[in-house]
Amino acid sequence: MNFTEKAVIMNAKEMNRALKRMAHEIIEANKGIDNLVLLGVQRRGVSLARMLADAIRQVEGIEVPQGALDITFYRDDLSRLGPSPKVSSTEMPFDVNDKIIILVDDVLYTGRTVRAALDVIMDWGRPQAIRLAVLVDRGHRELPIRPDFVGKNVPTSQREIIKVRVKEFDEKLEVVVGEVGEA
Amino acid sequence: MILRSKDVLGLEDLAAEEILGVIDIASRFRAVFDRPVRSVPIMRGRTVVNFFHEPSTRTRISFELAEKRLSADIVNFSTATSSLSKGETLRDTAENLAAMKIDMLVIRHSSSGAARYLANVLACSVINAGDGAHEHPTQGLLDIMTMRQRLGDLRGRKVTIIGDISHSRVARSNIWGLTKLGAEVTVCGPPTMVPTGLDRLGVKVEYDLLRAVKDADALNVLRIQLERHASRSFPSNREYHRMYGISAEVVQKLKPEAFIMHPGPMNRDVEIASEVADGPRQVILDQVANGVAVRMALIYLLSGGDPGALAPAAA
Repeated sequence: MNFTEKAVIMNAKEMNRALKRMAHEIIEANKGIDNLVLLGVQRRGVSLARMLADAIRQVEGIEVPQGALDITFYRDDLSRLGPSPKVSSTEMPFDVNDKIIILVDDVLYTGRTVRAALDVIMDWGRPQAIRLAVLVDRGHRELPIRPDFVGKNVPTSQREIIKVRVKEFDEKLEVVVGEVGEA
Repeated sequence: MILRSKDVLGLEDLAAEEILGVIDIASRFRAVFDRPVRSVPIMRGRTVVNFFHEPSTRTRISFELAEKRLSADIVNFSTATSSLSKGETLRDTAENLAAMKIDMLVIRHSSSGAARYLANVLACSVINAGDGAHEHPTQGLLDIMTMRQRLGDLRGRKVTIIGDISHSRVARSNIWGLTKLGAEVTVCGPPTMVPTGLDRLGVKVEYDLLRAVKDADALNVLRIQLERHASRSFPSNREYHRMYGISAEVVQKLKPEAFIMHPGPMNRDVEIASEVADGPRQVILDQVANGVAVRMALIYLLSGGDPGALAPAAA
């Protein structure tokens, strides 16, 4: 199985622009940043949450607290895929009770990751509200979940794969669409 | 896939990468204990049977907690309350359990090899919770996890195991695991309690306690099984303590950062002085917490999508 890249759908400049707009939308929707925290889904959601926090700081002058969420122990496909060999850490450096949590992920697809993430958060406490921010919404939802803040809507076929690349793991900033086929 | 076999029977069977992989996942489970909700839903709908054919408090409770924190369904039974006391064979009991569609069997048994025997006849995963004087892999893993938290990479680190090496499955699992990770293991105890041929396992044997511990980074102090020894292998508890007990005076001779482990239950003032057991060098309660996390990791990692796809452990 190998990944064949078909097109770049967001370059670094477009990604930064989208994140900046999302930051403004988040501030506006919440009438400021009181009580606001960003929670990235491991691993690229965490990088995007950090970029969103930077964009928010440029507007408001204040660093919004950030956390990281690993959903491995909340997955619903253990019986199909088996255990994961690698599990990332969950870091919750704040009390989630009564916070407004912006859940940040790279790609929204079936919605199952978000479902699992919501369950993780609930096991940490009772936030005032949870909102969803994703860089790419590619459709094909299997659960009644919708995003509140979207970088870009990208219609896809289910054979396609969207990859979000961030500096931390991929040494560049871009979103590409491609397909997986036999080598 | 971290574990290659469907069963965990001993650290002798595990490769270094498997040991490190389990400990890595265990550290993620350990973090779950600090949350308001201390369980995760990943094993919902899976059934684990805890079959204890020998008395145990800590290991049984630790397994039970691990399973509950993974949201598995669990059934406990022990010999006294089962048909084994009516003369049913171990194999018949286990096959009847398997026919009820269980996913995993945790077994503690007084006979060495009991876990492997069941692993070979049952399709479900088997975890050895201690078999005779053979192995106690989950104890070995939690000891190694505790050492790695303090020492990092164990290559070249010196670990001394003190006590009744002959009868100790804890010693055996520690020796297998630690040597695979490159630690330098020394065992120490009265000559009557140290078997011959240990050098073949790559460990050093030392009969003098102070010589055995002076360069050690970690001490693993074994429980003297008083019920087994009643005046056979050593003259008296007091004499054992004087020769091999970890007293405050012994602790003073250790490297300043060396720490002391004990698998429990402790015989205070026999293998370990009470003041040492309560002192700043011991990490015993940390071992207990790591024990639950390590068992969660093993149970999770054995919950493959298709158990048939995993090979049975090599005999």
